[in-house]
Order: sequence, then C-alpha cells, then structure tokens
Amino acid sequence: MEAVADTGTAPMGLRQRISRALENPTVLGFLFVAPAELILLIFLAYPFFLGLWLGLTDTLVGREGHYIGFANYISLLHDSSFWLAVFNTFVYTVVAVFLKAVLGVGLAVVLNRDFKAKGLIRAIVLLPWIIPTALSAICFWWLYDSTFSGISWTLKRFGFIDHFIDFLGDPWNARFSLIAANVWRGVPFFTIGLLAGLQTINPDLYEAADIDGASSWKKFWKITLPLLTPLLTVVTIFSTIWTFADFQLVWIITKGGPAGATHIFGTLSFQRAMQGGHFGEGAAISNFMLPILVVCVFIAFLFLRKED
Amino acid sequence: MNREDGKFTRRDFLKTTGTVVAGATVASGAVGSLAGKALAAVEPPELPIEKGAVLKVLRWSPFVKSDGEWWEKNTRKWEEVTGCKVITEYVSWEDVRPKAAMEASVGAGHDIVSGWHDDPHIYPDKLLDVTDICEYLGKKYGGWESVCFKYGMKNGRWIAVPMGAPGQQIVYRKSWVNEAGYEKVPGDVEGFIKLCKKLKSMGHPVGFAMGHAVGDGNNWVHTWLWSFGAMTVDKDGNVAINSPETRNALEAMKDLYDNAMISGVASWLDPHNNKAYLANQISLTNNGISIYYAAKAKFPDIAEDTYHASLPIGPVGRPTELHLFNQAFIFKHTKFPNAAKHYLMFMLEKDQCGPWTNAMRGYVTPALKAYRNLPVWTEDPKHTPYRDCVKNMLWNGYAGPIGPASAAVMAEYIVVDLFANYCARGVSMKKAIEEAEKAIARYYKT
Repeated sequence: MEAVADTGTAPMGLRQRISRALENPTVLGFLFVAPAELILLIFLAYPFFLGLWLGLTDTLVGREGHYIGFANYISLLHDSSFWLAVFNTFVYTVVAVFLKAVLGVGLAVVLNRDFKAKGLIRAIVLLPWIIPTALSAICFWWLYDSTFSGISWTLKRFGFIDHFIDFLGDPWNARFSLIAANVWRGVPFFTIGLLAGLQTINPDLYEAADIDGASSWKKFWKITLPLLTPLLTVVTIFSTIWTFADFQLVWIITKGGPAGATHIFGTLSFQRAMQGGHFGEGAAISNFMLPILVVCVFIAFLFLRKED
Repeated sequence: MNREDGKFTRRDFLKTTGTVVAGATVASGAVGSLAGKALAAVEPPELPIEKGAVLKVLRWSPFVKSDGEWWEKNTRKWEEVTGCKVITEYVSWEDVRPKAAMEASVGAGHDIVSGWHDDPHIYPDKLLDVTDICEYLGKKYGGWESVCFKYGMKNGRWIAVPMGAPGQQIVYRKSWVNEAGYEKVPGDVEGFIKLCKKLKSMGHPVGFAMGHAVGDGNNWVHTWLWSFGAMTVDKDGNVAINSPETRNALEAMKDLYDNAMISGVASWLDPHNNKAYLANQISLTNNGISIYYAAKAKFPDIAEDTYHASLPIGPVGRPTELHLFNQAFIFKHTKFPNAAKHYLMFMLEKDQCGPWTNAMRGYVTPALKAYRNLPVWTEDPKHTPYRDCVKNMLWNGYAGPIGPASAAVMAEYIVVDLFANYCARGVSMKKAIEEAEKAIARYYKT
C-alpha cells in the first residue's frame, strides 16, 4: 500500500474527483446550463410530449385514457366543426397578419420621421400591445355589442346607418370583428420592431437616392423595404405564431360563436378538453397546429441564423 | 365539545347537526315558515371528524353579496363548532368545471368542489360516497326534489350533494304586457309566442341569448326543445334529435326569433339580456332574479314594473325547465373525508341553509323540499316563481344518462347552435338537425 501511495496513483477521494471533473470545461458548461435545461424539460418538454401522448388516447377528464392510435385525428377529419375551426384559423391568421404587417410598416415609416412629440407618440403607439389582452378584449366586446355598440351608435348618429350593426351575430361580421381586434392589438409589435430596423438604415443611401432624384415611393421600394425584409420576415413569423395560436381574444369576445363560426384551434381545443372533459380530442386539435407552427419556427430559426 | 384535543364527540355532533331538536316544532325566526313544520326525527350518520382538519373548498363566486356573506358566516360557525378550518377559493362560475376537472385528473387540490350539472358524473370514481349524509338530509327535510336523484346518484349511491339551482324564469315588464292586452305572461308556448309577437309589434321586442351563453343560452334552448317533447338522446343514450318534435321546436323558435326578438341575439352571451332589459331595449327575457335586484338598486321604476313568470310549458304539458344545477362533491384524495361530509351536511341544516337561502332573495332555489316553505318565496310575490325551479327541472342530457357525453354536448353548445343555425344563420332545418345529430353522435358513441 505504501508503495502505491508513493507512486502517486492512490485512488482519489470524492472531493478530488469532483474537483477534477469541474476543471473539465465540458462538464462545467453542462452544469451551468443544467438548471435552465431542467426548467425547459419540466415546463416545456414534458407538457409538449404529454400533449402529443394525450392526442393518441381517449382520455376523459378524471379517467385513465387508453391508447387509440390516430382515432382522434381521424374522427376530427370527419368533423365539420373542426374543419370550420381550421378555416377560421387560417382566415384569422392570414388576414390579421397581413394587415398588421402593412399597417406596421406604414406606421414605422411615419414614426421614423422627425416631428414634435415623437417620443410621446411612439409610446402611445405601444399602448395596445402593453394593455392586458383580456382587458382589450372586453373593450372590443363592448364596442361590438349588438345593442350598446359605440361604433354603431356613432355611425347611426351621423346618419351612416339606420340600425345597429350585428357585429358578432353574423358569422363574417364576427370573423372580421375579431380580426380587427387582433390587428389593433398586434400592430405595435410590428411598428416598434420595424422602427428599430429603420433606424439602422444608413441615411447616406437616402441622400444618394435624393441626389439621383428618386421619389419617396421609389426610395421606399428600393431602399427601405429590401433592407427591412429580413427583420420584417422574423417579425411576421413571430406574429403568425402568436396569431395562429391565439385564444384569449376570441374566447372573451365570442366564445367561438355564433354557432361555432369563430372557433379557432385554441378555442375549440379548450372547449372540448377543459369544458367538455374530452382531453384526448382536445389535445389532438391542438396537435394539428404543430406542423404549421414547426414550419414557422424553422423559418424564423433560419432567418435568425442568417442575421447572426 | 372537547376542542383542545381536536376530537369531535357524538354529543357535539348531535348539537351541530340539530338532531337534538329534530322532530320537535321548529321555532327559529331565521328559518321563518319552516317554523311550525315538523321535521322528521332522523339520526345523523356518525362522522368522527379528523383532528386538525383543514378543508379546501372550491366554489363559484357568489352572484349576490348576501350569498357570500352567509356562506362565510355559516362556514365560520362550523369552524367554531368543530375547531377545524375551511379555506374557500372563489372562482368565476364558468371556471369551476375546468379547475375541478384538472384536480380530478391529477388527484390533488381542493377537498370539496361546489360545481355544476354533470361534473360529478364525469369523474365519479374520484369522488367520495356521500350516501350517508344525503339520505340523512333527504329524510330530515322532506326529501330531495326528483331531479336530484338523477344528478346526485350513480349506481344507487350518492356521489354529490345537491345544493340547489340558481334558477331562471321569465322576467318581464308588466306595464307593456298589460298594454299588449295580457294580464300576465301566458304559461303555454303558443300563448307565449303570441304575446311576444304582440310586444315586438308595439316596439318592445323580447330577447333570448342564442350565442354561446353558458347559462342563459343553454337553459333557454334546452327548456324549449324539451317542451316540445324533443330530446338530444333517448333514455338509453341513442341519438334522438332528428325527430318531428325537434322540427316543431325549431319552427316555433324561428317564429319567435323572426317576429318577436330584438336583432343581435345570435351573439348574446350571458350578460347581454341583463343589459338590454335594464336599458329598456327588451320587454321580456329569461334570467335569474338578478335583473330585478339590479333594477331595484339602480332603476327603481323598472324594478317596480318587473315581474316574473314560469318558463312556458310546451305541447308535452308539463314543465321541462333546465337551470344551472349546483352540487357539491368531495374528492377521494381528501385527507379529511368525515370533516368534509360533516361540513356539507352542516351547511344544509336548517339553521344554516334557511337564513342563507332567505338572504339570497331567490337567487338560488334549494334542492330539499322542506325549503320550499322558507319565507323568501312569499315575502315578495315576485320571488315565488323561482321557488319551483328545482321541482320543475329536468337534467342536462335528458332523457339519457348523465355523464361525459351530456357534459360535452352542453359544453359544445350543440343545442344552442342548432337553434342559432336555423333561426339566425339561415341554415336549412334539415342541415341544422343533421349537423347537430352528427355532433351529438360523436360523444354518445363512447
């Protein structure tokens, strides 16, 4: 034993082994990110995989579910309410995101100019974004009320209409009313994001264009928009993800009505899983969102890497 | 009682449940008209309360202040008597179901839930058997209203304690109804439609929620559907919506929608009819007694002119009402099963339930027959129609079994959408019924 000790190859104590392991950058790095990874694992990965699993079961609330393969998905494919929700989700997302992008670019360009109280106006533009969604949804619910709508009242007062508009009772009116509420709430995200992008464009480019006699419209198309496109793409994709997976606005304003005409994935899933107790089917509806959201995330990821 | 060691003796128990005086003439002023009624002498079940019990209760936020005040007051009384503690969490009534569902799923959370309709039948295996206290209460207080057996029992055992129903009746402006040539609202559907049409022709339309209004919408259309003898499923759970009775119900509602209702009801959620009524926009609607009390507080003239009538009876010739039905249930995961049972039993004893119901002024109709005699139902004649809400009601999913399927059909607003599709969205009757039939079949197949 003594001889072994003399050669310096005696087995290391636990403390020594830990100490040596911590000197290894790989181990140390792993330990540093471990808490964050654990949080991601518990709060993101676990619910995500649980959702995937539930979609493959016939779980009812409070009851053990059994694996049923793709039966929930097949059943949904034959469910007209589900297809209506698919249609609504796409209409809601495409129209709302398009309008938010157009208005967002326009507002960003306007706010990028020099004018009095610029800071104050920029802060005000941000307001719809920072107001809690539930609160703004309730405000819109009032504005769209069939008997007390402030919009209808004003239009009637000025003689534009002779009766109150049925904003939420007619399917298309209801869809566009929800889109309008979503646009109102989402435009500031585009505006502020793009405003930051606009401020990074080199003013020399505009000066050179001025010297060449370019019109404002031409400068926008040839300088502003191309330089803004990468940022616009990322902002659009993020907005698409949020709009596609929206829930609060629709639930508070219409609860999916009239007659299911405004259900989107989120609201239909909630209704069936949490209110109707059919967890498996509710999860399957949510999981239908997955491929589309994955594509969006992938595109965003590519652009962000390109930006880097 | 010996509260120092946390034990609860049989003697204490008898004291708190009031069994000592059971059988004797009750002369409590607070219980009013129950005075003079002989309550049955019934031995309460033995429930040795667990030492240091702390009960967590989930219940809906009171619709009226007095409900919460008396619930809390009675709860504090139970705490004093037993030395235990109760922590009550109030959430919006629509949020009780998802929250309780999650708790049932994970097997943790509150001990007691004051929930709605089919909730106990969605996860009956997770609930404590409360047969002993339900049988005791039933025997002592004149029996349960008949719908309670359907709502509270599963396979011959009680799985929930029926608490009562925040009922709905017809709320109307008497002066306008009189102007239309009627002394009161007709009790039959045919006469009811005629009156409503007349009211609209006079510039006073009626309004019934046909949007996704959890309470007002569901209650109204189910009552209407059943009143024509139609039903979503038969007693064996076979889909039965595609029937001549359903077509008659739809036709009658369409008549009402086109010729008597205010525009926009297809988007109405629960609060809309209250607002429209108080703003003189509509003359008649279905609602709890809340409109009357809101009017009393802010619009005395409207309150003076507001009266209530029972929901109309259709061709089936008997009441077919649906109301929100409130029942309390105890999860098996509770560590204090006896305390939980004792608490619910205590809350429904006359010394607690009587003043509580009286204080709610008609918002909630109790499920025990003896409480039909409380003074609240006669002290203001406008309360009286709400007295029989539980007596006159059927269960959600009538005439079929209660369970996940009936809960899902209601949660999905299938019947509301059936009426809205045909009456307000221009969908043909055939297509509207077929869509409803398919949707119902998806749930009842399992």
